[in-house]
Amino acid sequence: MRERWPVLLFACVMAAIPLIPGVPPFWIVLSDNIGLSALVAMGLVLLTGVGGLTSFGQAAFCGFGAYTTAVLTTAYGLSPWLTLPASLLVSGIAAVVLGLVTVRLSGHYLPLGTIAWGLGLFYLFSKLEFLGRNDGVSGIPPLSIGSLKMLDPGTIYFAIWAAVVISALLTMNLLDSRIGRAIRALRRGHIAAEAFGVQAPRTKLLVFIYAAVLAGLSGWLYAHFERAVNPTPFGAQAGIEYLFIAVVGGAGYVWGGVLGAAIVVILKEVLQSYLPLLLHGEGQLETIVFGILLVALLQFAPQGVWPWLMSRLPIQPARKRPDMSIDLPPRPRASGAPNLLLELNRARKQFGGVVAVNDVSFDVQAREIVALIGPNGAGKSTTFNLITGVLRATSGSLSVLGRKIHHAPPQEIVKLGIARTFQHVKLVPDMSVLENVAIGAHLRGRTGALASMFRFDRAGEAKLLAEAARQIARVGLADQIDQPAGSLSLGQQRIVEIARALCADPMLLLLDEPAAGLRHMEKQRLAALLRELREGGMSVLLVEHDMGFVMDLADRVVVLDFGTKIAEGTPDAIKRDPGVIKAYLGAAA
Amino acid sequence: MNSTILLFLVQDGITNGAIYALLGLALVLVFAVTRVILIPQGEFVTYGALTYASLASGQMPGTAKLAVVMGIAAFVLDLFAARRALHGRKIARALAVNIALPAAVLALTVWAAAHHAPVPIAIALSLVIVASIGLSLYRLAFQPLAHTSVLVLLIASVGCHLAMQGLGLLFFGAEGQRGPVLADAALTAGPLRFTGQSLAVYGITVAFIIALWLFFGLSLYGKALRATAVNRLGARLVGIRTSLSGQIAFLLASVIGALSGILIVPITTLYYDTGFLIGLKGFIAAIIAGLVSYPVTAIAALMIGIVEAFSSFYASNFKEVIVFMLLVPVLLLRSLATPAALEEEKD
Repeated sequence: MRERWPVLLFACVMAAIPLIPGVPPFWIVLSDNIGLSALVAMGLVLLTGVGGLTSFGQAAFCGFGAYTTAVLTTAYGLSPWLTLPASLLVSGIAAVVLGLVTVRLSGHYLPLGTIAWGLGLFYLFSKLEFLGRNDGVSGIPPLSIGSLKMLDPGTIYFAIWAAVVISALLTMNLLDSRIGRAIRALRRGHIAAEAFGVQAPRTKLLVFIYAAVLAGLSGWLYAHFERAVNPTPFGAQAGIEYLFIAVVGGAGYVWGGVLGAAIVVILKEVLQSYLPLLLHGEGQLETIVFGILLVALLQFAPQGVWPWLMSRLPIQPARKRPDMSIDLPPRPRASGAPNLLLELNRARKQFGGVVAVNDVSFDVQAREIVALIGPNGAGKSTTFNLITGVLRATSGSLSVLGRKIHHAPPQEIVKLGIARTFQHVKLVPDMSVLENVAIGAHLRGRTGALASMFRFDRAGEAKLLAEAARQIARVGLADQIDQPAGSLSLGQQRIVEIARALCADPMLLLLDEPAAGLRHMEKQRLAALLRELREGGMSVLLVEHDMGFVMDLADRVVVLDFGTKIAEGTPDAIKRDPGVIKAYLGAAA
Repeated sequence: MNSTILLFLVQDGITNGAIYALLGLALVLVFAVTRVILIPQGEFVTYGALTYASLASGQMPGTAKLAVVMGIAAFVLDLFAARRALHGRKIARALAVNIALPAAVLALTVWAAAHHAPVPIAIALSLVIVASIGLSLYRLAFQPLAHTSVLVLLIASVGCHLAMQGLGLLFFGAEGQRGPVLADAALTAGPLRFTGQSLAVYGITVAFIIALWLFFGLSLYGKALRATAVNRLGARLVGIRTSLSGQIAFLLASVIGALSGILIVPITTLYYDTGFLIGLKGFIAAIIAGLVSYPVTAIAALMIGIVEAFSSFYASNFKEVIVFMLLVPVLLLRSLATPAALEEEKD
């Protein structure tokens, strides 16, 4: 827990504030409101900033939490502490139902969908009889511990901020874990993450539920803070406001949510109390200024205030190097015909009328480097996508270790021991090289979200990171281990992808143009590495345009042209093949 | 239920749906070209409607002054952006568009408000005022953010909505207003009575859809806008000024918004914040069309209008719940219909 001392310091400062004599009670009310907003914003940080799922509907989940406790405590007389799990459960179940629909939405449909059900739920809250319609529910009992009733803002302050600090710690723990890396990897698209075994829809749903439960917690606290609920704070406006709290603070950062809440709540308060004095006007002057300030802020700091502040901090937090001596046991190997790793039998892929891969058959044996070459548009990357399950073959079959695989998704293919790199690099640019590579080992860890939140994952986590660090050292990027992946040259990013693939402990490595963008020396190092891997028992199937590199390295070459296999053989035979020469140089050659 | 009620509901739904269709078209247009999800579209509606209503009742609308203020700010921003390469023509153009035009309109508005201008002049002035606000809005709020993610643009859009709604309250007060009808004539067909106003709504909606279709299909600017929508970088490489495309999109959107407002303000009382909800329904139509297709948007908007009419008849309490929840299954169907396999999002 040593790296968490700033959080402890923060908790102590927050705990001390109400005890300082002379603090205006109004500040405490303001802090309560900040805390309540911060909880929702923190969920949004995870959902939107980290997971890439924009939601305008978080206020509705606050509503679920608040109304649950409101109804249970007033109509059924339950103790508020008993309704806490109920509130969280109701928000969680609502999130499962809405999430099953929502997380399947792609692209811009998703935020728009959340606006829709956010509004729908708001109107539902304000129309249902047992929720008191527009008047809501009042007379909610206060929280109490023994004889201490948390009636005034100064006592419930502790409950609110304890919830904020604990939630922040749990969220930080979650992000700094195997599951957290999977969540972060999904923001840039799910293909790379799925290629290493991440179950994208399930992970998205998890984040969705997590954010909803945090919002439900905030709603529960809100109900006992105000001791009354009505639909207004759970409407579309509030949902929008939570989202920009997160964006203003820094949507990618847990503390950005807290900072954003402080900025927005205080700003609104200041505008509300001073603007009318300044301008002698009537009407919602504060919303005008608020809106304009928001747009201006986005133009100056589109990433939010928190990263801007952090980059100005004199001391940058040091990253801990993983201990490379910890072993990660290899994955259990599927048994089967040990020599024939991969076999394509008349594999075919059609996009409408275009035949991208036309009944292609070839195989890859154990300890073999096979090159797949062909002019642009020959169907090489499509073949890769067929093998790795990103695309479904129109017809034909694929077998791994002698067993046929039918429409297996990418997550299953990688389990069989086939790991890949991408023609267009798919790394998470703002994650470090180490974290990117560790995604490759996703399937070799077991710990789930709850274990990560409570730090029961440290032993497994150390093993995964040690393995990632070893593979990074193996491909020769040990000096870049802590840099953001996006800051590396394109050639180096390709090498990072190879390290990530190696982390999956594959028996067959699929490399899509690994040498593109590499300098001469780097290509030689790459060739040496691939030979070393072959000696270690791994097979490699690679697509590459650099003929010198291919002919020097490959044991066997398969040539595709317009989706059809036109030749297969040793590099020397391919070099002399008239069909291949014709395909590459034209008929006259 | 009898057939008369049925027909009435359908008629009511189509009238509302036509307005939603216009707004949906504008939203699709703006999103396709600039990637901005234009929440302030609803404010264009209220600004247009209430400016028109104010002028018609001889009041001075604050929007005319806003147009001048925003124009001056846009001019300053233009000068600042071009500070390295200032030359006369650029400054003259910026001056004409940003300051001279709204200032002239302000002068005209003052005159029109004092003299109870006839309906056509009030309409023309309202349209020009809102158009110049729309133009400046793009210049001030969105052009500097053009390179950022859809999310950031969306938040900026919300900021604009808040500011403009607040200004709307300042300009027009909390009281609702109604404007004079465009045409008094009415047409009776069987049990149905078509007012001149609703006929105007249909006519103008259809005219706009055809005009947009012609604009995008035939004109060079329309093609430039489409090119920008498909590929920003590619459009720039072939010499299309993408900021100009954005300005045109906002110009069209604000005119469409204002026009919708002017069309409905004689039928229903509009408040300073009514536009948001109307805009949202146009929005749902646009979403159902996946923010890409104009004809599907129009059809979806009509459907929403009809669903709304029926649910306000049968379950008026849950009217909004039904309309907004309707979207969720539609979105789900759309998501399932498009294979997400090779779709990758970019920040």
